[in-house]
Amino acid sequence: MGLTLQSTGASILKEMFAVQTDSQADLIVALAGNPNTGKSTVFNSLTGLKQHTGNWPGKTVTNAQGKYTYDGDKYILIDLPGTYSLLANSVEEQIARDFICFGQPHVTVVVADATCLERNLNLVLQIMEITDKVILCVNLMDEARKKGIHVNLNKLSTLLGIPVVGTAARTGEGLLELKETIKSVAKGQIQTRPRHIEYDRLLQEAVEQIEPRVHALLGDKINSRWVALRLLDSDQALFEVMDHFFNFVLSADEALAENLAKAQLFLKKNHIDLNELRDRIVASLIKTAEKISKQVVIVENKNYNYFDRTLDGILTSRFFGIPIMIALLGVVFWLTIKGANYPSALLATIFFHVERYLTFFLHWLGAPALVHEILIHGVYRTLAWVVSVMLPPMAIFFPLFTLLEDLGYLPRVAFNLDHYFKKACAHGKQALTMCMGFGCNAAGVIACRIIDSPRERLLAILTNNFVPCNGRFPTLIALAGIFLVGSAGIFSSLAATIAVLSTIILGILLTFLTSRLLSSTILKGLPSSFTLELPPYRKPQIGKIIIRSIFDRTLFVLGRAVAIAAPAGLIIWVMANFSVQGQSLLAHCAQFLHPFAQLMGLDGYILMAFILGLPANEIVIPILIMGYMAESSMLELDSLLELKQLFLDHGWTWVTAVCMMLFTLNHWPCGTTLWTIRKETQSFKWTLLSFIIPTVTGIIICFLVAQGARILGLV
Amino acid sequence: MNRKLIPLNQVPTGFYGKVKKLIAEGQARRRLLDLGLINDTVVEVLRKSPAGDPTAYQIRGAVIALRAEEAAKLFVEIIHD
Ligand SMILES: Nc1nc2c(ncn2[C@@H]2O[C@H](COP(=O)(O)OP(=O)(O)OP(=O)(O)O)[C@@H](O)[C@H]2O)c(=O)[nH]1
Repeated sequence: MGLTLQSTGASILKEMFAVQTDSQADLIVALAGNPNTGKSTVFNSLTGLKQHTGNWPGKTVTNAQGKYTYDGDKYILIDLPGTYSLLANSVEEQIARDFICFGQPHVTVVVADATCLERNLNLVLQIMEITDKVILCVNLMDEARKKGIHVNLNKLSTLLGIPVVGTAARTGEGLLELKETIKSVAKGQIQTRPRHIEYDRLLQEAVEQIEPRVHALLGDKINSRWVALRLLDSDQALFEVMDHFFNFVLSADEALAENLAKAQLFLKKNHIDLNELRDRIVASLIKTAEKISKQVVIVENKNYNYFDRTLDGILTSRFFGIPIMIALLGVVFWLTIKGANYPSALLATIFFHVERYLTFFLHWLGAPALVHEILIHGVYRTLAWVVSVMLPPMAIFFPLFTLLEDLGYLPRVAFNLDHYFKKACAHGKQALTMCMGFGCNAAGVIACRIIDSPRERLLAILTNNFVPCNGRFPTLIALAGIFLVGSAGIFSSLAATIAVLSTIILGILLTFLTSRLLSSTILKGLPSSFTLELPPYRKPQIGKIIIRSIFDRTLFVLGRAVAIAAPAGLIIWVMANFSVQGQSLLAHCAQFLHPFAQLMGLDGYILMAFILGLPANEIVIPILIMGYMAESSMLELDSLLELKQLFLDHGWTWVTAVCMMLFTLNHWPCGTTLWTIRKETQSFKWTLLSFIIPTVTGIIICFLVAQGARILGLV
Repeated sequence: MNRKLIPLNQVPTGFYGKVKKLIAEGQARRRLLDLGLINDTVVEVLRKSPAGDPTAYQIRGAVIALRAEEAAKLFVEIIHD
């Protein structure tokens, strides 16, 4: 199988260790912490960058680096993936641990959740075993206050032996103090004395048998007590990386091997096998965390999570959970469709007014007719269409979606749907990756890293394309809008919403079906263990959401679309206007594809638009329009109504619209997504499969619909 | 007092159980341990998902959903209070 722990792990590690320092004097700061504790928020507010944040565990999967300057020094900040532990049960844990061990950060800041400190302390204690230079940042202090949870930070600092800073990263509270503390620890102005975990007597004795030799070999490069424990734990992966970074093969040392054998025998005599050893290590950590937390956390209000429970009771309720979910999705789409109509039309009008001025301007410049044609009819018009069709739905959809994400609703979706994913032999977290797919399939594919079992991860990657991303979404909306919004009024947009919603539900059903098929054929195997955290709900910051989703996401996606659409517009224009044997190249190609396309209820131009749209799905409609316009007399196109007329002139019926919607949902992933899949799976085979599966599905479904409609005499 | 051990997935919603035995092996075992499910940890059964599985549990201050297969590997003693 292509996607093994090793293969992805190795490639991510390479990514990870490429820390870009400008000078030797730069100080490296690693940010570690449990998932969803606000690491990325801390990262963003320290560096001014805009890493993705959201209320669900596991968003940060790629390594992010940023810089900030404080008091004359430059700091390089590394945002590590969120993990609960460092005992390397997953790729993320391995990355985080290896970076802390071998990336040689000057300081490691552990971000913890004040509302759930005990759980977070487990990781803090583990990191303290590896390095002395640790700072604990107790984040979400505002949430804790609201819930009546008090954390005695001073006492915590004394008990742990490391500096502790309380923050509320969202409001910026405590960040200055954090910077100051980072500086003091990095420069050795504060000496930290991390408390040692007390393991039980037998473990301590075994450790003592090997630690001196480890220390003799490795010196102060790494904490020798910790290495001794890992040796007992036979942590193979760690020693491979260690060989790599220290250029030193620990296992080759005979004296050490001898000591190790002795210690292992000692453990065995005392009936401690590997399982028992691990249990004891984990139990010591957890008990220490429990003990510390009991001394520093005071919960004033025992019912602090009453609100969360009540809300969960509604949103994941037996009877209403799934209907509410569909209704929420429906409302989001309805608002998007309804809301996008007017601004879309307005933008189109504005753009085509501007076109007139541009034309005047070019004439005034005395530009040759050909230049004018290419620039205006090729590049400008394509751009205008991409922007006016895509911008409004995105500017509405993204903020709404981010709202749900920030609230913490997405993990509940996974919870509601896991049963069905299980039936398809997939993982409930796939629901999260699918949600990300609504934004962008490439992002959805990367998000699949949160699924820690290779098989289910692969399933999620291969089927992510069944959720329509933002590049395809406007196409669906436009088609539904044009062909189903016959009568004006509220019902028409309701019909359009239902059409789009059904397409999406179909996509979800296909995801289940394909997952099921794949897992009973090429991806056989039992589902791995499943744990899903449901984080507390958090009040979304409406203002920030709007700004962030418009500027970070909408403009980013739009920018990408525009960057691709402009040159594509040029090429298409050339193809549409360059004649061979009295016919344009575009027409030649379209004619060639036509017979096949017709079987699927499409026509040659449509299929061609999909093929040329490989770089980005956003440009499918503009290409189509240009293809049609090149051979039609109508040159002005300034409303959706005229667009409908253009389509009708080319023999469209509602079946054409439906088939095109279906093919929009099911066809090859865009270029970026394919490239991402290649990178994530490290395998050409899986990339190819991710191309073939949706394409074949799309062809079959369109064929069935088109032929069915024909046989039933519906058209 | 009832000392009988029952698998966590059979504990009804709203009840508390104290972990007494973990029979999972390998990766699954580690993952459950990482959640803090060591002996004597008290787990509250919060709610079942709409289809009846997975189930959400309150474990050391966090809400974690486990599938029935996983929960069945944890044996608990029901706490009556
Ligand atoms: N109220 C409040 N919310 C916060 C604070 N810090 C972060 N958040 C919110 O908590 C959620 C999680 O924050 P992220 O920064 O995405 O968390 P992360 O630790 O990077 O998460 P992973 O990527 O899963 O590891 C987001 O919705 C943030 O807006 C805070 O100090 N106060």
